[in-house]
Amino acid sequence: MPFIPHTEDDIQEMLAVIGVDSIDTLFDEIPDELRCDELKAVPAGMPEMEVSRLMQTRAREDGQPLCFLGAGAYDHHIPAAVWQLTTRGEFYTAYTPYQAEASQGTLQLLYEYQSMMTALTGMDVSNASLYDGASALAEAVLMAVRANRKSKSGRILVPRTLHPLYRRVTHSIVRNQGIELVEVGYDSKTGQIDTSVLEQYTGEDFAALVIPQPNFFGVLENVDELTEWAHTNDMLAIAVVNPLAMSILKPAGEWGENGADICCGEGQPMGAPLASGGPYFGFLCCRQKLVRQMPGRIIGKTVDLDGKPGYALTLQAREQHIRRSKATSNICTNQGLMVTAATIHMAIMGGEGLQHMAAACHGNTEKLSQALCSLPQVESVFDGPFFHERVLKLPLAAKDALKALAAHNVLGGFDLSDDYPELENAILVCATEMRGEEDLEQYRSKLERVIAAQVQTPCQLKPDW
Amino acid sequence: MIYEHSRTGRRATAQTNPEMAELSDIPDALLRKRPAGLPEVSEMQAVRHYTRLSQKNFSIDTHFYPLGSCTMKYNPRACNSLASLPGFLSRHPLAPDTHSQGFMACMYDLQEILKHVTGMHDVSLSPAAGAQGEFAGVAMIRAYHDARGDTARSEILVPDAAHGTNPASAVMCGYKAREIPTGRDGDIDLDALKQALGPQTAGIMLTNPSTVGVFERRIKEIAGLVHEAGGLLYYDGANLNAILGKVRPGDMGFDVIHMNLHKTFSTPHGGGGPGAGPVGVSQRLAPYLPVPMVDYDGTDYVWLTEKERPDSIGRLSAFAGNAGVLLRAYVYARLLGRDGMHRVAEFSSLNANYLLKRLMEVGFDAAYPERRASHEFILTLKKQAKELGVNTMDFAKRMLDYGVHAPTTYFPLLVPECLLVEPTETEAKEDLDGFVEIMRTIKQEAETQPDLVKQAPHTMPVRRLDDVRAARELDLAWKNDRNAQPE
Repeated sequence: MPFIPHTEDDIQEMLAVIGVDSIDTLFDEIPDELRCDELKAVPAGMPEMEVSRLMQTRAREDGQPLCFLGAGAYDHHIPAAVWQLTTRGEFYTAYTPYQAEASQGTLQLLYEYQSMMTALTGMDVSNASLYDGASALAEAVLMAVRANRKSKSGRILVPRTLHPLYRRVTHSIVRNQGIELVEVGYDSKTGQIDTSVLEQYTGEDFAALVIPQPNFFGVLENVDELTEWAHTNDMLAIAVVNPLAMSILKPAGEWGENGADICCGEGQPMGAPLASGGPYFGFLCCRQKLVRQMPGRIIGKTVDLDGKPGYALTLQAREQHIRRSKATSNICTNQGLMVTAATIHMAIMGGEGLQHMAAACHGNTEKLSQALCSLPQVESVFDGPFFHERVLKLPLAAKDALKALAAHNVLGGFDLSDDYPELENAILVCATEMRGEEDLEQYRSKLERVIAAQVQTPCQLKPDW
Repeated sequence: MIYEHSRTGRRATAQTNPEMAELSDIPDALLRKRPAGLPEVSEMQAVRHYTRLSQKNFSIDTHFYPLGSCTMKYNPRACNSLASLPGFLSRHPLAPDTHSQGFMACMYDLQEILKHVTGMHDVSLSPAAGAQGEFAGVAMIRAYHDARGDTARSEILVPDAAHGTNPASAVMCGYKAREIPTGRDGDIDLDALKQALGPQTAGIMLTNPSTVGVFERRIKEIAGLVHEAGGLLYYDGANLNAILGKVRPGDMGFDVIHMNLHKTFSTPHGGGGPGAGPVGVSQRLAPYLPVPMVDYDGTDYVWLTEKERPDSIGRLSAFAGNAGVLLRAYVYARLLGRDGMHRVAEFSSLNANYLLKRLMEVGFDAAYPERRASHEFILTLKKQAKELGVNTMDFAKRMLDYGVHAPTTYFPLLVPECLLVEPTETEAKEDLDGFVEIMRTIKQEAETQPDLVKQAPHTMPVRRLDDVRAARELDLAWKNDRNAQPE
């Protein structure tokens, strides 16, 4: 019996103590007509060795292609120590630290995490994680609506330069509370939020403006100007940032005169593998005065009976297990283990290590972009400054190009044509620090062949496939 | 504190190239002026520090952890290894279907297995945890009523013993949460339910077995009443471990359910997550399931997104939820198979009923002594608190000294001085006997030297913490000015 230690003798002794003659009797309070048959449609159990064979076959099936896809999930180096430590049973199999004295390891680690995130983002406080970047933005929006007492409209300005999936997730999560997301277009030349569109909303009632940095196109927004505009118009500024980028870019807490009010995003670049999109973790930081509106767990430093420092869950009166229907959010389980990995990752890399990593990604994407733009009719779409991702226009349908590249085991980027049809044949490319010179060259040469094969223009290269 | 090991200029140089790439194309105004105040330590210092921190935790791998409602059973290591195969770890969430068939096959199989074990018509795996599953479930209830133009329904009913997430999720979906009292026998107060039901009722959220650890015997009658009033039934799957392979929520009359795979399907709790909270629905709610889902067209596995499922309540996380947790649950399901699933319910119930009986024998009071325990049970230490001045929290803290993680304390709130104990099926009889001995010893201590118990714990890295101070004098982050470097 997998994972059940009982011997036949144990079972008989236990039944005798309970005073029943069979295990089945223990279910005698369940009405007979509800009892189910054996679950015939569920496969029979398999020994570990056989499950292992099945999983290895399936994992191999997915290839491990050469990846130039980013779009919210990035293929970064993770120091070996990160997951060797994170999967120690003491971290891996502990519960939420309700019994503080027996959970000081997790609690101190979370306090260190909060410290590192506030240092990185320049904000005052951080919670101990939410599910992912997109749902963290949804929580930030709900928080802004609660916190901005000057606003009554429940409306939020959301730029089209924000990740399309983040926009959809936020809509799914906030719509039942009557919150309206109003879209702001982008400048087709720079790829930044169109400030002339924004100006039209001057003086109107909105709870917050969402400011992505970098934005979905990889383009850097003029964050100082946008934050000032939001504050001048009595809106909160919600920053959505890549935490790796924060190691080299102006931190959200320093945007404009007073900094962003809430800063959230996807923690995946900090030690989480791509792994089909999760588990990752959402982070959420804010200014001190908003801390009581924050959702999720927060760890505070305190002292024990002897005055010795220790750590405990705090401000729990915001949370569902205390406040029930009046809680700031329904979140209970968060992404603790991913935060464990992120904390160890940030500690090992340090601020300088993260800067090197960020700069290497940025440099690689720049090289890739130059190499690809040397091909006929491939060009960069936006002229705004960027970080580690770029929008390129191809001389053929993005779908066809990416499909042909995938057949060569190259994931060439994200197809923008569904979400931004006006950009026509555009793709979003990313080359992290993991891609070497030869990988970039491989992409360039494959794309050259794809273009040559599919575009009706004279070419010198003969496709060899 | 990791920052205390920090020295300016020290760093883990093995991880990056010594030369930093150019950033000169980024305008100066957008760049960071001072480096982020992260710790500057060597790799070994970090490894030693976090190894030591881990040793300050109780965990399933190191301690008996009978935390009620949390199902802290053994997390098989194979689940971790096999979900961490390179092909799975390196798969980009937006990879094309041609490079995803292996992963998608696992997800499809898992959807099918969960459908069968719950008796539901369709399943979406995407919610990231139980609470997000609850949100999805209530949002689907709302979408269903809205689609029928039945928009006057404004209330979700929840038992007073429900998890706090239930009312909080109802509110996030724009509903009012209305509490229904629990009867003396632990079942829901049927008269109160009848009074509460009406044209304003959108649905009811129930856990079965309930949070008081007993099976709601009149569930069919409740389902009939709620349906008659035009409401739908939501099943909180927190206690699914108790009935796996014995009775299915779909057969009880539930319209929508969530499962906590980090409980019933033994994926790790990770010090607070990640979990996974798939949702299952009856046929009439199927169009509203959250996306993405996986389908099989006879040749290939394909994603179902907003495009294919226009009535969906939408997407709850950017990609496909906590995929790595789902893979672990899938491995667990294949290891157990259908026979193993029956045994989960059988042996978790055997362990709980045995432990309850033994604890009653040594003088503890059950909250519902006339009822059969499910996979968990409630003790009430009302007597000890009153007579000895030693309360539930004192007992809980003293257990830590004896190397046992305390059961859930003071939940559900309706039972005074309660301990919610869930031993799970993976504990051996001798470990349960050991727990009984510990409880007997603490009871004796409470009688003879109560201060010893009231001052506990004595052997942990810290003694009892000042929670009031933690909330009043907020210290939520290491201040960088404290990070002054010694010369």
